[in-house]
Amino acid sequence: MNLWQEARLVAAKDLRIEARSRVTMYQILPFGAIVLLLFAFALDPDRGVLARVAPGLFWVAVLLAALLAVSRSFAIEAANSARDGLRLSGLDGSAIFLGKAGAVALELLALEVVLGTGVALLYDVEFHSPALLVLAAVAATAAVAATGTLYGVLAAGLRVRETLVPVLLLPVVAPVMLGATRACEAAVAGVPSDGWPWVALLALVAALYTGVGMLAFGTLLEET
Amino acid sequence: MNEGLLGRRVGIALGWAALASLVVLGVLGLVVAPPDAVQGDAQRLMYLHVPAAWLAYLAFGVTAVASALYLWPRTRSVVWDRVAGASAELGVLFTGLTLVLGSLWGRPVWGIWWAWDARLVTTAVLFFLYVGYLALRRIPGAGREKRCAIAALIAFVDVPVVHFSVEWWRTLHQQGTVFNEELSAQIHGKMALALWWSVLAFTLLYVYLLDRRYRLEALDADRDERELERAIAERLAEAEPARVEAGARS
Repeated sequence: MNLWQEARLVAAKDLRIEARSRVTMYQILPFGAIVLLLFAFALDPDRGVLARVAPGLFWVAVLLAALLAVSRSFAIEAANSARDGLRLSGLDGSAIFLGKAGAVALELLALEVVLGTGVALLYDVEFHSPALLVLAAVAATAAVAATGTLYGVLAAGLRVRETLVPVLLLPVVAPVMLGATRACEAAVAGVPSDGWPWVALLALVAALYTGVGMLAFGTLLEET
Repeated sequence: MNEGLLGRRVGIALGWAALASLVVLGVLGLVVAPPDAVQGDAQRLMYLHVPAAWLAYLAFGVTAVASALYLWPRTRSVVWDRVAGASAELGVLFTGLTLVLGSLWGRPVWGIWWAWDARLVTTAVLFFLYVGYLALRRIPGAGREKRCAIAALIAFVDVPVVHFSVEWWRTLHQQGTVFNEELSAQIHGKMALALWWSVLAFTLLYVYLLDRRYRLEALDADRDERELERAIAERLAEAEPARVEAGARS
Protein backbone atom coordinates (compact mmCIF):
# COMPACT_ATOMS: atom_id res chain seq x y z
CA MET A 1 0.00 0.00 0.00
CA ASN A 2 1.27 3.45 -0.76
CA LEU A 3 0.96 6.54 1.44
CA TRP A 4 -2.35 7.70 -0.03
CA GLN A 5 -4.01 4.32 0.28
CA GLU A 6 -2.91 4.06 3.91
CA ALA A 7 -4.12 7.59 4.61
CA ARG A 8 -7.46 6.83 2.98
CA LEU A 9 -7.78 3.75 5.13
CA VAL A 10 -7.28 5.74 8.35
CA ALA A 11 -9.59 8.53 7.19
CA ALA A 12 -12.26 6.01 6.20
CA LYS A 13 -11.99 4.39 9.64
CA ASP A 14 -12.48 7.73 11.42
CA LEU A 15 -15.34 8.73 9.15
CA ARG A 16 -17.00 5.34 9.58
CA ILE A 17 -16.85 5.75 13.37
CA GLU A 18 -18.34 9.20 12.90
CA ALA A 19 -21.10 7.86 10.66
CA ARG A 20 -22.04 5.34 13.34
CA SER A 21 -21.63 7.47 16.46
CA ARG A 22 -22.86 10.76 14.93
CA VAL A 23 -20.94 12.80 17.51
CA THR A 24 -20.06 15.55 15.01
CA MET A 25 -23.63 15.74 13.79
CA TYR A 26 -25.41 15.64 17.15
CA GLN A 27 -22.89 17.41 19.37
CA ILE A 28 -20.26 19.43 17.53
CA LEU A 29 -22.58 20.90 14.90
CA PRO A 30 -25.22 22.05 17.40
CA PHE A 31 -22.40 23.50 19.46
CA GLY A 32 -21.26 25.63 16.51
CA ALA A 33 -24.83 26.71 15.85
CA ILE A 34 -25.42 27.76 19.44
CA VAL A 35 -22.21 29.80 19.35
CA LEU A 36 -23.62 31.69 16.35
CA LEU A 37 -26.82 32.29 18.31
CA LEU A 38 -24.86 33.54 21.32
CA PHE A 39 -23.04 36.05 19.14
CA ALA A 40 -26.43 37.46 18.15
CA PHE A 41 -27.28 37.86 21.85
CA ALA A 42 -23.95 39.54 22.56
CA LEU A 43 -24.09 41.90 19.57
CA ASP A 44 -27.49 43.43 19.04
CA PRO A 45 -28.74 42.09 15.69
CA ASP A 46 -30.78 45.19 14.95
CA ARG A 47 -27.85 47.53 14.55
CA GLY A 48 -26.26 45.77 11.62
CA VAL A 49 -23.19 44.81 13.63
CA LEU A 50 -23.69 41.12 12.95
CA ALA A 51 -23.64 41.48 9.18
CA ARG A 52 -20.46 43.51 9.33
CA VAL A 53 -18.51 41.13 11.52
CA ALA A 54 -20.10 37.91 10.26
CA PRO A 55 -16.92 36.42 8.67
CA GLY A 56 -15.01 36.81 11.94
CA LEU A 57 -17.81 35.32 14.03
CA PHE A 58 -18.13 32.45 11.60
CA TRP A 59 -14.45 31.57 11.91
CA VAL A 60 -14.45 31.87 15.68
CA ALA A 61 -17.36 29.42 15.77
CA VAL A 62 -15.52 27.07 13.40
CA LEU A 63 -12.34 27.23 15.50
CA LEU A 64 -14.20 26.42 18.70
CA ALA A 65 -15.93 23.53 16.97
CA ALA A 66 -12.54 22.42 15.59
CA LEU A 67 -11.25 22.08 19.16
CA LEU A 68 -14.04 19.63 19.82
CA ALA A 69 -13.45 17.79 16.55
CA VAL A 70 -9.74 17.36 17.31
CA SER A 71 -10.46 16.22 20.82
CA ARG A 72 -13.00 13.72 19.44
CA SER A 73 -10.51 12.49 16.85
CA PHE A 74 -8.15 11.38 19.62
CA ALA A 75 -10.82 10.35 22.09
CA ILE A 76 -11.77 7.53 19.72
CA GLU A 77 -8.17 6.33 19.84
CA ALA A 78 -8.09 6.44 23.63
CA ALA A 79 -10.89 3.93 24.16
CA ASN A 80 -10.10 0.20 24.07
CA SER A 81 -6.37 0.96 23.62
CA ALA A 82 -7.03 1.82 19.99
CA ARG A 83 -3.84 3.88 20.07
CA ASP A 84 -1.83 0.71 20.58
CA GLY A 85 -3.67 -0.85 17.69
CA LEU A 86 -2.74 2.10 15.52
CA ARG A 87 0.90 1.79 16.60
CA LEU A 88 0.95 -1.91 15.85
CA SER A 89 -0.89 -1.57 12.55
CA GLY A 90 2.34 -1.12 10.63
CA LEU A 91 0.92 1.93 8.89
CA ASP A 92 3.30 4.76 8.15
CA GLY A 93 3.19 7.63 10.69
CA SER A 94 2.79 10.23 7.93
CA ALA A 95 -0.11 8.25 6.47
CA ILE A 96 -1.88 8.05 9.83
CA PHE A 97 -1.39 11.80 10.22
CA LEU A 98 -2.79 12.52 6.75
CA GLY A 99 -5.71 10.19 7.35
CA LYS A 100 -6.69 11.61 10.71
CA ALA A 101 -6.18 15.22 9.60
CA GLY A 102 -8.15 14.48 6.42
CA ALA A 103 -11.07 13.07 8.39
CA VAL A 104 -11.09 16.10 10.71
CA ALA A 105 -10.91 18.42 7.68
CA LEU A 106 -13.87 16.69 5.99
CA GLU A 107 -15.94 16.91 9.16
CA LEU A 108 -15.08 20.58 9.54
CA LEU A 109 -15.92 21.32 5.89
CA ALA A 110 -19.35 19.74 6.35
CA LEU A 111 -19.78 21.81 9.49
CA GLU A 112 -18.74 24.98 7.65
CA VAL A 113 -21.34 24.42 4.95
CA VAL A 114 -24.10 24.23 7.57
CA LEU A 115 -22.76 27.09 9.71
CA GLY A 116 -22.11 29.20 6.59
CA THR A 117 -25.74 28.76 5.54
CA GLY A 118 -26.72 29.66 9.08
CA VAL A 119 -24.63 32.84 8.98
CA ALA A 120 -26.13 33.83 5.61
CA LEU A 121 -29.67 33.37 6.93
CA LEU A 122 -29.36 34.51 10.54
CA TYR A 123 -26.97 37.43 10.07
CA ASP A 124 -28.34 38.51 6.69
CA VAL A 125 -25.07 38.24 4.76
CA GLU A 126 -24.75 37.91 1.00
CA PHE A 127 -21.77 36.12 -0.46
CA HIS A 128 -20.08 37.19 -3.65
CA SER A 129 -17.08 35.54 -5.33
CA PRO A 130 -17.90 31.94 -4.33
CA ALA A 131 -14.59 30.64 -5.72
CA LEU A 132 -12.61 32.76 -3.26
CA LEU A 133 -14.88 31.74 -0.43
CA VAL A 134 -14.59 28.02 -1.14
CA LEU A 135 -10.81 28.05 -1.66
CA ALA A 136 -10.23 30.15 1.47
CA ALA A 137 -12.40 27.77 3.49
CA VAL A 138 -10.61 24.69 2.12
CA ALA A 139 -7.13 26.12 2.78
CA ALA A 140 -8.02 27.37 6.25
CA THR A 141 -9.67 24.06 7.14
CA ALA A 142 -6.64 22.12 5.97
CA ALA A 143 -4.41 24.33 8.12
CA VAL A 144 -6.61 23.97 11.20
CA ALA A 145 -6.98 20.21 10.73
CA ALA A 146 -3.22 19.74 10.30
CA THR A 147 -2.24 21.81 13.35
CA GLY A 148 -5.09 20.33 15.38
CA THR A 149 -4.09 16.76 14.58
CA LEU A 150 -0.48 17.54 15.39
CA TYR A 151 -1.33 18.96 18.82
CA GLY A 152 -3.97 16.29 19.30
CA VAL A 153 -1.42 13.49 19.14
CA LEU A 154 1.03 15.53 21.20
CA ALA A 155 -1.46 15.66 24.06
CA ALA A 156 -3.21 12.34 23.35
CA GLY A 157 -1.65 10.25 26.09
CA LEU A 158 -1.93 12.92 28.76
CA ARG A 159 -4.57 13.18 31.41
CA VAL A 160 -4.90 16.94 30.93
CA ARG A 161 -5.45 16.80 27.17
CA GLU A 162 -8.87 18.49 27.17
CA THR A 163 -7.47 21.65 28.72
CA LEU A 164 -4.04 21.47 27.11
CA VAL A 165 -5.06 21.27 23.45
CA PRO A 166 -6.89 24.65 23.35
CA VAL A 167 -4.07 26.55 25.03
CA LEU A 168 -1.53 25.05 22.63
CA LEU A 169 -3.64 25.16 19.49
CA LEU A 170 -5.36 28.54 19.58
CA PRO A 171 -2.23 30.77 19.49
CA VAL A 172 -0.81 28.69 16.64
CA VAL A 173 -3.97 28.96 14.54
CA ALA A 174 -4.44 32.67 15.31
CA PRO A 175 -2.89 33.65 11.94
CA VAL A 176 -5.18 31.13 10.17
CA MET A 177 -8.19 32.72 11.79
CA LEU A 178 -6.90 36.15 10.73
CA GLY A 179 -6.30 35.10 7.12
CA ALA A 180 -9.56 33.21 6.76
CA THR A 181 -11.56 36.13 8.15
CA ARG A 182 -9.91 38.65 5.85
CA ALA A 183 -10.40 36.42 2.79
CA CYS A 184 -14.07 35.88 3.62
CA GLU A 185 -14.57 39.58 4.24
CA ALA A 186 -13.19 40.26 0.78
CA ALA A 187 -15.59 37.67 -0.65
CA VAL A 188 -18.56 39.19 1.17
CA ALA A 189 -17.59 42.71 0.14
CA GLY A 190 -17.19 41.57 -3.48
CA VAL A 191 -13.54 42.61 -3.83
CA PRO A 192 -11.87 39.23 -4.42
CA SER A 193 -8.51 40.81 -5.28
CA ASP A 194 -8.10 41.66 -1.56
CA GLY A 195 -8.73 38.06 -0.62
CA TRP A 196 -6.40 36.06 -2.85
CA PRO A 197 -3.15 36.95 -1.07
CA TRP A 198 -4.72 35.64 2.15
CA VAL A 199 -5.72 32.41 0.44
CA ALA A 200 -2.10 32.01 -0.65
CA LEU A 201 -0.96 32.56 2.93
CA LEU A 202 -3.49 30.03 4.22
CA ALA A 203 -2.36 27.47 1.66
CA LEU A 204 1.25 28.06 2.71
CA VAL A 205 0.40 27.56 6.38
CA ALA A 206 -1.56 24.41 5.55
CA ALA A 207 1.37 23.03 3.55
CA LEU A 208 3.83 23.98 6.32
CA TYR A 209 1.94 22.23 9.10
CA THR A 210 1.07 19.24 6.95
CA GLY A 211 4.80 18.86 6.35
CA VAL A 212 5.68 19.25 10.04
CA GLY A 213 2.89 16.84 10.98
CA MET A 214 4.03 14.18 8.53
CA LEU A 215 7.55 14.41 9.93
CA ALA A 216 6.66 14.43 13.61
CA PHE A 217 3.51 12.33 13.89
CA GLY A 218 5.18 8.92 13.83
CA THR A 219 7.58 9.85 16.63
CA LEU A 220 4.81 11.37 18.73
CA LEU A 221 2.59 8.35 18.29
CA GLU A 222 5.31 5.81 19.00
CA GLU A 223 7.28 7.38 21.79
CA THR A 224 5.00 9.52 23.86
CA MET B 1 26.39 19.20 43.75
CA ASN B 2 27.21 21.67 41.03
CA GLU B 3 25.47 21.03 37.76
CA GLY B 4 25.29 24.48 36.26
CA LEU B 5 25.81 25.17 32.60
CA LEU B 6 28.81 27.25 33.51
CA GLY B 7 31.23 26.67 36.32
CA ARG B 8 30.20 27.82 39.75
CA ARG B 9 32.66 30.69 39.82
CA VAL B 10 31.81 31.84 36.30
CA GLY B 11 28.14 31.83 37.30
CA ILE B 12 28.73 33.99 40.34
CA ALA B 13 31.01 36.37 38.44
CA LEU B 14 28.37 36.66 35.75
CA GLY B 15 25.77 37.55 38.36
CA TRP B 16 27.89 40.38 39.67
CA ALA B 17 28.70 41.55 36.15
CA ALA B 18 24.98 41.59 35.29
CA LEU B 19 24.16 43.55 38.44
CA ALA B 20 26.98 46.06 37.84
CA SER B 21 25.98 46.58 34.22
CA LEU B 22 22.36 47.14 35.25
CA VAL B 23 23.50 49.81 37.70
CA VAL B 24 25.56 51.43 34.95
CA LEU B 25 22.50 51.19 32.69
CA GLY B 26 20.49 53.03 35.33
CA VAL B 27 23.01 55.86 35.31
CA LEU B 28 23.27 55.93 31.52
CA GLY B 29 19.54 55.78 30.97
CA LEU B 30 18.43 58.17 33.68
CA VAL B 31 21.28 60.68 33.89
CA VAL B 32 23.68 60.56 30.95
CA ALA B 33 21.18 60.17 28.09
CA PRO B 34 19.24 63.36 27.36
CA PRO B 35 15.43 63.34 27.48
CA ASP B 36 13.77 62.91 24.11
CA ALA B 37 12.88 66.13 22.31
CA VAL B 38 9.28 65.02 21.67
CA GLN B 39 8.52 62.39 24.29
CA GLY B 40 10.47 63.78 27.21
CA ASP B 41 11.39 61.41 30.00
CA ALA B 42 8.89 58.74 28.94
CA GLN B 43 11.24 57.79 26.14
CA ARG B 44 13.72 56.50 28.74
CA LEU B 45 11.57 53.38 28.95
CA MET B 46 13.19 52.46 25.66
CA TYR B 47 16.32 51.38 27.55
CA LEU B 48 14.28 48.61 29.19
CA HIS B 49 11.64 47.91 26.57
CA VAL B 50 13.93 47.39 23.59
CA PRO B 51 16.47 45.08 25.28
CA ALA B 52 13.62 43.06 26.83
CA ALA B 53 12.11 42.49 23.39
CA TRP B 54 15.52 41.66 21.96
CA LEU B 55 16.21 39.15 24.72
CA ALA B 56 12.80 37.54 24.31
CA TYR B 57 13.62 36.70 20.70
CA LEU B 58 17.09 35.49 21.67
CA ALA B 59 15.62 33.28 24.40
CA PHE B 60 13.07 31.69 22.04
CA GLY B 61 15.81 31.20 19.47
CA VAL B 62 17.91 29.38 22.08
CA THR B 63 14.89 27.23 22.99
CA ALA B 64 14.44 26.27 19.34
CA VAL B 65 18.13 25.44 18.82
CA ALA B 66 18.31 23.44 22.06
CA SER B 67 15.14 21.55 21.12
CA ALA B 68 16.55 20.72 17.69
CA LEU B 69 19.77 19.52 19.34
CA TYR B 70 17.70 17.33 21.64
CA LEU B 71 15.79 15.81 18.73
CA TRP B 72 18.94 15.16 16.73
CA PRO B 73 19.97 11.66 17.89
CA ARG B 74 23.69 12.38 17.92
CA THR B 75 23.42 15.36 20.23
CA ARG B 76 20.53 14.08 22.35
CA SER B 77 21.12 14.91 25.96
CA VAL B 78 18.98 15.96 28.89
CA VAL B 79 21.16 19.09 28.96
CA TRP B 80 19.44 20.43 25.84
CA ASP B 81 15.99 19.73 27.23
CA ARG B 82 16.80 21.71 30.34
CA VAL B 83 18.36 24.56 28.37
CA ALA B 84 15.22 24.71 26.19
CA GLY B 85 12.94 24.84 29.22
CA ALA B 86 15.02 27.39 31.11
CA SER B 87 15.34 29.62 28.08
CA ALA B 88 11.62 29.43 27.24
CA GLU B 89 10.76 30.49 30.77
CA LEU B 90 13.05 33.50 30.47
CA GLY B 91 11.62 34.21 27.03
CA VAL B 92 8.10 34.34 28.46
CA LEU B 93 9.37 36.56 31.26
CA PHE B 94 11.02 38.98 28.85
CA THR B 95 8.01 38.92 26.49
CA GLY B 96 5.72 39.75 29.39
CA LEU B 97 8.11 42.51 30.42
CA THR B 98 8.14 43.85 26.86
CA LEU B 99 4.34 43.97 26.80
CA VAL B 100 4.02 45.64 30.19
CA LEU B 101 6.78 48.18 29.54
CA GLY B 102 5.44 48.87 26.06
CA SER B 103 2.02 49.48 27.53
CA LEU B 104 3.45 51.84 30.15
CA TRP B 105 5.33 53.66 27.41
CA GLY B 106 2.32 53.77 25.12
CA ARG B 107 0.10 55.45 27.68
CA PRO B 108 1.95 58.82 27.87
CA VAL B 109 3.13 58.79 24.24
CA TRP B 110 0.13 57.45 22.31
CA GLY B 111 -2.44 58.18 25.01
CA ILE B 112 -3.57 54.54 25.13
CA TRP B 113 -2.44 51.40 26.93
CA TRP B 114 -2.85 49.11 23.97
CA ALA B 115 -2.98 49.57 20.21
CA TRP B 116 -3.72 46.94 17.57
CA ASP B 117 -0.36 47.55 16.09
CA ALA B 118 1.40 44.72 14.27
CA ARG B 119 4.27 44.45 16.74
CA LEU B 120 2.03 44.48 19.77
CA VAL B 121 -0.26 41.79 18.44
CA THR B 122 2.66 39.63 17.29
CA THR B 123 4.29 39.92 20.72
CA ALA B 124 1.04 39.04 22.48
CA VAL B 125 0.54 35.92 20.33
CA LEU B 126 4.18 34.99 20.92
CA PHE B 127 3.59 35.27 24.65
CA PHE B 128 0.65 32.85 24.53
CA LEU B 129 2.48 30.45 22.20
CA TYR B 130 5.20 29.96 24.78
CA VAL B 131 2.88 30.02 27.78
CA GLY B 132 1.32 26.95 26.14
CA TYR B 133 4.76 25.41 25.75
CA LEU B 134 5.54 25.99 29.43
CA ALA B 135 2.20 24.40 30.35
CA LEU B 136 3.20 21.35 28.31
CA ARG B 137 6.57 21.18 30.03
CA ARG B 138 4.94 20.87 33.42
CA ILE B 139 3.24 17.63 32.47
CA PRO B 140 5.24 14.53 33.33
CA GLY B 141 5.01 11.24 31.51
CA ALA B 142 6.86 9.03 29.08
CA GLY B 143 8.58 10.84 26.24
CA ARG B 144 8.14 14.23 27.86
CA GLU B 145 11.43 15.63 26.57
CA LYS B 146 10.75 14.66 22.99
CA ARG B 147 7.19 15.93 23.13
CA CYS B 148 8.34 19.28 24.46
CA ALA B 149 11.12 19.57 21.91
CA ILE B 150 8.69 19.00 19.04
CA ALA B 151 6.23 21.50 20.53
CA ALA B 152 9.00 24.09 20.84
CA LEU B 153 9.88 23.68 17.18
CA ILE B 154 6.24 23.97 16.09
CA ALA B 155 5.92 27.18 18.12
CA PHE B 156 9.11 28.53 16.59
CA VAL B 157 7.93 27.75 13.06
CA ASP B 158 4.78 29.69 13.84
CA VAL B 159 6.62 32.88 14.86
CA PRO B 160 7.31 34.13 11.30
CA VAL B 161 3.78 33.10 10.24
CA VAL B 162 2.27 35.16 13.04
CA HIS B 163 4.61 38.06 12.39
CA PHE B 164 3.98 38.10 8.66
CA SER B 165 0.20 37.72 8.82
CA VAL B 166 -0.26 40.35 11.51
CA GLU B 167 2.08 42.79 9.79
CA TRP B 168 0.12 42.30 6.60
CA TRP B 169 -3.20 42.71 8.36
CA ARG B 170 -2.27 46.05 9.87
CA THR B 171 -0.59 47.50 6.80
CA LEU B 172 -3.55 46.53 4.64
CA HIS B 173 -5.82 48.51 6.88
CA GLN B 174 -3.92 51.50 8.12
CA GLN B 175 -0.86 52.90 6.54
CA GLY B 176 1.55 55.32 8.11
CA THR B 177 -0.12 55.54 11.50
CA VAL B 178 1.28 57.28 14.54
CA PHE B 179 2.46 53.90 15.74
CA ASN B 180 5.46 53.83 13.47
CA GLU B 181 8.49 52.60 15.28
CA GLU B 182 10.33 55.57 16.72
CA LEU B 183 13.54 53.64 16.51
CA SER B 184 13.71 54.15 12.77
CA ALA B 185 14.44 57.78 13.46
CA GLN B 186 18.14 58.28 13.91
CA ILE B 187 19.36 58.33 17.44
CA HIS B 188 22.73 59.66 18.30
CA GLY B 189 25.54 59.59 20.73
CA LYS B 190 24.51 59.15 24.32
CA MET B 191 21.11 57.68 23.54
CA ALA B 192 22.65 55.07 21.28
CA LEU B 193 25.26 54.31 23.92
CA ALA B 194 22.59 53.76 26.56
CA LEU B 195 20.58 51.57 24.19
CA TRP B 196 23.54 49.37 23.26
CA TRP B 197 24.57 49.17 26.88
CA SER B 198 21.06 48.08 27.85
CA VAL B 199 21.24 45.20 25.36
CA LEU B 200 24.58 44.15 26.82
CA ALA B 201 23.31 44.37 30.41
CA PHE B 202 20.16 42.37 29.61
CA THR B 203 22.17 39.75 27.74
CA LEU B 204 24.41 39.28 30.77
CA LEU B 205 21.32 39.04 32.95
CA TYR B 206 19.83 36.47 30.57
CA VAL B 207 22.92 34.26 30.57
CA TYR B 208 23.15 34.48 34.35
CA LEU B 209 19.47 33.61 34.86
CA LEU B 210 19.71 30.80 32.28
CA ASP B 211 22.55 29.27 34.23
CA ARG B 212 20.64 29.60 37.52
CA ARG B 213 17.44 28.19 36.07
CA TYR B 214 19.34 25.31 34.52
CA ARG B 215 21.00 24.53 37.84
CA LEU B 216 17.62 24.60 39.56
CA GLU B 217 16.22 22.14 37.06
CA ALA B 218 19.16 19.81 37.51
CA LEU B 219 18.73 19.98 41.28
CA ASP B 220 15.02 19.34 40.91
CA ALA B 221 15.63 16.22 38.85
CA ASP B 222 18.24 15.11 41.36
CA ARG B 223 15.83 15.59 44.27
CA ASP B 224 13.10 13.64 42.47
CA GLU B 225 15.51 10.77 41.99
CA ARG B 226 16.63 10.78 45.61
CA GLU B 227 13.07 10.92 46.88
CA LEU B 228 12.16 7.99 44.70
CA GLU B 229 15.12 6.02 46.01
CA ARG B 230 14.22 6.88 49.59
CA ALA B 231 10.60 5.86 49.05
CA ILE B 232 11.70 2.54 47.57
CA ALA B 233 14.08 1.97 50.50
CA GLU B 234 11.26 2.75 52.95
CA ARG B 235 8.87 0.32 51.28
CA LEU B 236 11.56 -2.35 51.31
CA ALA B 237 12.23 -1.71 55.00
CA GLU B 238 8.51 -2.05 55.68
CA ALA B 239 8.33 -5.28 53.78
CA GLU B 240 11.40 -6.74 55.47
CA PRO B 241 9.90 -7.54 58.95
CA ALA B 242 6.78 -8.90 57.28
CA ARG B 243 8.88 -11.22 55.18
CA VAL B 244 10.88 -12.34 58.21
CA GLU B 245 7.65 -13.01 60.05
CA ALA B 246 6.26 -14.95 57.14
CA GLY B 247 9.47 -16.93 56.97
CA ALA B 248 9.29 -17.74 60.70
CA ARG B 249 5.71 -18.96 60.36
CA SER B 250 6.28 -21.24 57.43
